[in-house]
Amino acid sequence: MHLPALQVVIPLIAAALCALFRHYFLAWFITILASWLSFAIAILLLLQVMSRGVISYELGGWVAPIGIEYRIDLLNAFVLLIVSGVGAVIVPYAQKSISQSIEKSQQSWFYSMYLMALTGLLGVSITGDAFNIFVFLEISSLASYVMIAMGPDRRGLTAAYQYLIMGTVGATFIVIGIGLLWAMTGTLNLYDLAQKIPLIENSRPVLAALAFLTVGISLKLALFPLHLWLPNAYAYSPGVASAFLAGTATKVAIYLLLRFFFTVFGGVEFFQSTPLPEILFVLSLLAMFAASIVAVFQSNIKRMLAYSSVAQIGFITLGISYATEIGLTGAIAHMFNHAIMKAGLFLLIGAVMFRLGSVKIEDMAGIGRKMPFTMAGFVILGLSLLGAPGTVGFISKWYLALAALQEGQWWAVALIVAASLVTMLYIGRVVEVAYFREPTVKVDQLREVPSSMLLPSFLLVGAAVYFGLDTSLSV
Amino acid sequence: MTEILANLNYWVTIVLMISGLYIVAAHGNMIKKLVGLSIFQTSVYLLFLSPGKILGGTAPIISKDFDLYSNPLPHVLILTAIVVGVATIALGMALVVRIHEAYGTIEDDEVHDMERE
Amino acid sequence: MMRDTIILRVVVKLLLPVILIFALYVQFHGDYGPGGGFQAGVAAAAAVILYGLVFGVSAARKVVPQGILLALIPLGVLIFAGTGILSLLLGANYLDYSPLGSYPKAGQHLGILIVEVGVFVTVSSTMLAIFYAFGGRAEDALVSEEENE
Repeated sequence: MHLPALQVVIPLIAAALCALFRHYFLAWFITILASWLSFAIAILLLLQVMSRGVISYELGGWVAPIGIEYRIDLLNAFVLLIVSGVGAVIVPYAQKSISQSIEKSQQSWFYSMYLMALTGLLGVSITGDAFNIFVFLEISSLASYVMIAMGPDRRGLTAAYQYLIMGTVGATFIVIGIGLLWAMTGTLNLYDLAQKIPLIENSRPVLAALAFLTVGISLKLALFPLHLWLPNAYAYSPGVASAFLAGTATKVAIYLLLRFFFTVFGGVEFFQSTPLPEILFVLSLLAMFAASIVAVFQSNIKRMLAYSSVAQIGFITLGISYATEIGLTGAIAHMFNHAIMKAGLFLLIGAVMFRLGSVKIEDMAGIGRKMPFTMAGFVILGLSLLGAPGTVGFISKWYLALAALQEGQWWAVALIVAASLVTMLYIGRVVEVAYFREPTVKVDQLREVPSSMLLPSFLLVGAAVYFGLDTSLSV
Repeated sequence: MTEILANLNYWVTIVLMISGLYIVAAHGNMIKKLVGLSIFQTSVYLLFLSPGKILGGTAPIISKDFDLYSNPLPHVLILTAIVVGVATIALGMALVVRIHEAYGTIEDDEVHDMERE
Repeated sequence: MMRDTIILRVVVKLLLPVILIFALYVQFHGDYGPGGGFQAGVAAAAAVILYGLVFGVSAARKVVPQGILLALIPLGVLIFAGTGILSLLLGANYLDYSPLGSYPKAGQHLGILIVEVGVFVTVSSTMLAIFYAFGGRAEDALVSEEENE
């Protein structure tokens, strides 16, 4: 009954406890409890929403729209599930990986920041208040800057700095947009806004607000020309942080985009009366190709996956730009699938880093023979990334292609397939090095990673296959 | 002219906004970038606060002596935004200190060149 | 360091109690006038920071040790979040203070007071921690150099 509040409060309290005790193992234990608890709450919330419809929770007992309202419908229940699910699966893995890469005295700070980021992302997804969104967004962003700065070498610092500058500019754009909406309507409640905006939707401040919000959120979700912070941030952060951010942060930003476009700004018709669909469409196609092609030429595998994230985000925004039922289904499904796939891929690469101490593709020669499970997982998720049938990636790309067909755009279908083929190039490159080259001396001494790291990764691999066969949840 | 004066708060906001964003984009020095970021954020405080001010209004605590109150909401919101801004700038400064220790410089392009090598 | 400037040292000692009293005033008057935990926290931290600027960060660290500071930051968050949990246990919504007192208005009053104490604790210790982290860095480096020699 108080689940919506607990969803956000539990990780928050856990983060404070981690910082209070400052003991590396205790902090990990608190983190695992809190993250699995919030995963359980997210599942319960989704079940409640499915059976009883929208849940509304008034913080402090103040009635909306004066008070802050947490409001959960099917869309954000789903996003909560993704975020808390990815957040929970990573933690058992984290203990070994973090012990190796971060000093003992600093580890509790890492877990504290991890929980703060989780708090922020869950808060953004659950809240029905526009200003609350900004606050939670910044909580999660600040925590992620710290996590990135804890990366293994000094490039983590500059990556975090770069992300901080661009992320803050993005967040400030979002507040400007919210401020304009508030000045025009006098309310901050998203659902109250949704009722008031249609009356004044063609006034200039409202259109300016839409523009500011779109640019701000696009910065946070790394839409193609605004993605510059992402590759370094994912590449030079600790493996656990890369997996967590790749799986959750951009997904929550996409949720915000959907929420503002289709709930606050009066739905599909208004969206189509603006030039946004065309702009999104072009940028998405550019993202799909430019980022994929750049990914092919990366020598650092984490950077490669980061560029691939930019490309996959292009697929998601492509679905949004159609603004049809099938297109949005494809976009939301791909959001879910990409969260699973990328989190899994980064975890597996973290496992390689754990043993090999390098993430250069050339150093991985023959690693498939020495770490068979890790690389097998990588291949399965890689196949899913390029959209092979039987995996989740196929389902969402199928829907995106259907959406394009519905608009009669045969060439767009061809482009989706072509972009997937480029994906095959960079995944194939890793597979070639890992399986078909003779192991180097260094690789020859490697062993498989401990099961506490393999199991979480394989949970995600399993999810990628399971939801590829049983599509009832994601569609 | 009178039109400009009537909306003076918005003009100031816009000037601060643009100059802040320009500093962030144009300067290579990491501290200066943070200064620009701070100015950019400050413009938003003004954007929220200035429409909330009612001439002659007092703090919104109900009393028999007053009947005109200012809107308290923008102050609460901007207090929160200021906290976020403080945290951001503090974290940014801390990162710059660490970058200086690791690279020996805080110029964007020099750091970039060192990473290339 | 400005340890030799006697005027500064005397003035700062005179100012400190005034600043701290003002901080407490802002803190507890926050229910009935402008003010509250954040402003009070910053003012209180400013007192210690002023002391640290004149007498050196190491002297300030003797007044408020770093270890305590780092424990206070999460403690304030826990006070805030704990109040919310308390209202949950009393059967109201999260952060609904009404059931905390014998009648709703008293409960609201008490709740705000506790929450603002939490804010005060976290804000003042965070501000100080930031000052120690930046201001103390040069001093720490000096100390470790001396130890090496």
